[in-house]
Amino acid sequence: MIGLEHYLTVAATLFVIGIFGLFLNRKNVIILLMSIELMLLAVNINFVAFSSFMNDLVGQVFTLFVLTVAAAEAAIGLAILVCFFRNRGTIAVEDINVMKG
Amino acid sequence: MIQADLNVILPEILLSVFAMLALVGAVYTEKDKLAPMLVWATSGLFIALAIWIGASGQGGTHVAFNGLYVDDAFSRFSKVVILLSAAAILLMSQDYMTRRGLLRFEYPVLVTLSVVGMMMMVSAGDLMSLYMGLELQSLALYVVASLRRDSVKSTEAGLKYFVLGALSSGLLLYGASLTYGFAGTTLFSGIIQTVKAGELSVGLLFGLVFLISGLAFKVSAVPFHMWTPDVYEGAPTPVTAFFATAPKVAAMGLFARMLHDAFGGAVGEWGQVVALISVLSMFLGAFAAIGQRNIKRLMAYSSIAHMGFALMGLAAGTELGVQAMLIYMTIYVTMNVGTFAFILSMERDGQPVTDIASLNMYSKKEPGRALAMLVLLFSLAGVPPLVGFFGKLYVLRAAYDAGFAWLAVAGVVASVIGAFYYLRIVFYMYFGDETDEGLDSGGSPMLWGFLMASAFVMVAGVVNLFGIEGAAAAAAATLVN
Repeated sequence: MIGLEHYLTVAATLFVIGIFGLFLNRKNVIILLMSIELMLLAVNINFVAFSSFMNDLVGQVFTLFVLTVAAAEAAIGLAILVCFFRNRGTIAVEDINVMKG
Repeated sequence: MIQADLNVILPEILLSVFAMLALVGAVYTEKDKLAPMLVWATSGLFIALAIWIGASGQGGTHVAFNGLYVDDAFSRFSKVVILLSAAAILLMSQDYMTRRGLLRFEYPVLVTLSVVGMMMMVSAGDLMSLYMGLELQSLALYVVASLRRDSVKSTEAGLKYFVLGALSSGLLLYGASLTYGFAGTTLFSGIIQTVKAGELSVGLLFGLVFLISGLAFKVSAVPFHMWTPDVYEGAPTPVTAFFATAPKVAAMGLFARMLHDAFGGAVGEWGQVVALISVLSMFLGAFAAIGQRNIKRLMAYSSIAHMGFALMGLAAGTELGVQAMLIYMTIYVTMNVGTFAFILSMERDGQPVTDIASLNMYSKKEPGRALAMLVLLFSLAGVPPLVGFFGKLYVLRAAYDAGFAWLAVAGVVASVIGAFYYLRIVFYMYFGDETDEGLDSGGSPMLWGFLMASAFVMVAGVVNLFGIEGAAAAAAATLVN
């Protein structure tokens, strides 16, 4: 029997993979965008799992909002990335270093 | 029923409709030629809405959409501050952006949309409206940060802001999902019942911590501050000025609303966390700014330190604490408007300069401006008897009353350390070396006006803080119960 814990474990694992993808990835900004997407989708699994186990629709409504916002976020991220590529000629993560932070 | 709900969100509807009409109208007509007119119209609308929202002051608390949206004294106070500061920044940026070919018609539209997001944030009564407001604000700000499309710095700032902002939204959402799962509802009014009913369960505690980290990102508090200096430096200066004012107020407002409305029963749990974030922010802001030569980076660290002070008010977890936070944020925004009016007017041969060494002996060339900047810097540092000092006094008192004496002492120490880099700018302006590479004199009358007005407020406000004390107290009273 698959219980709520299993879903939460999967979601937590995916979320952590997403965070590690953001911080350990040294190659490519596209991979950062994929990691961000992974984090948001992990959250969606959480919401849907809770929603179905509590028989409460709010979580699924929230998921729809998150999906929409994630799409908008990806669009904006890619647009900024295209602008950056035009100026810098590269999208390697280690080349995002004009300013020292 | 729906009519009553729509009445509550009428200001937001007006702003959104205005933004969409402006966008479509400008695309189908003269595009960027309309931009100056749009900037005036937008700031006019902001001021009108601020007066309207402020005048409906005794309206009590209205809840719309079954609790998703709350319009009370707290949200009205924050909205007035957000709208007025956004209008001021828009008016200030016009001249600077026109001369550098940056004034596109998208700029006022995006600012309007982000302001709608901020107004939603401070009125959120549910995790869903919290998230939607936050994202509306952030998505617009990511674009505004990379407004100068042909500059590596600006696009890099936008990219960094986007990646780290998206990470923070992810953390916040994960917290929201855990809170939803363990409280059984996304409504703040429902969550607080669960929290007050008994011990905070581990799941809820995790949710709370994730929510706090996500919001700490948005207010640029340590340890989630790393985007701030880069974004401040890379973004065009008017945009930096905008980042330093309205979004900070909105994020602090959201922070306070979430902590008190949803987790008001667990002050003991989050008070410690917020106190820790606050003390780290104050010290990092004070130390890291010392080595900065670029005034925009310096203002970034200064804003991190100031957020630490504002969070000190929140950490207290009392009504006085929220009142102190609101007063502090209002004063901070007023000071920043003036300071950025000065930074916007820093030019050599028509090119913007951000190196603080260029201010050498500025007082000889422009005694009036130098004096106004001196007042503002003293106020930022918290030197009595200027208004900035009273802001600090309020949060220190709130923290002390709530039993955070160590936090108050740390705050005083941090503000003494922080005074060093503000005073260094004053030193350059009045006692620096004589060089040929000074700044141009002159500058637009609009910037001069805002600089002088802000400096005047810092001096004249000492009398009674222009009465914001009472308004902030009323706002805090509706939030904390």
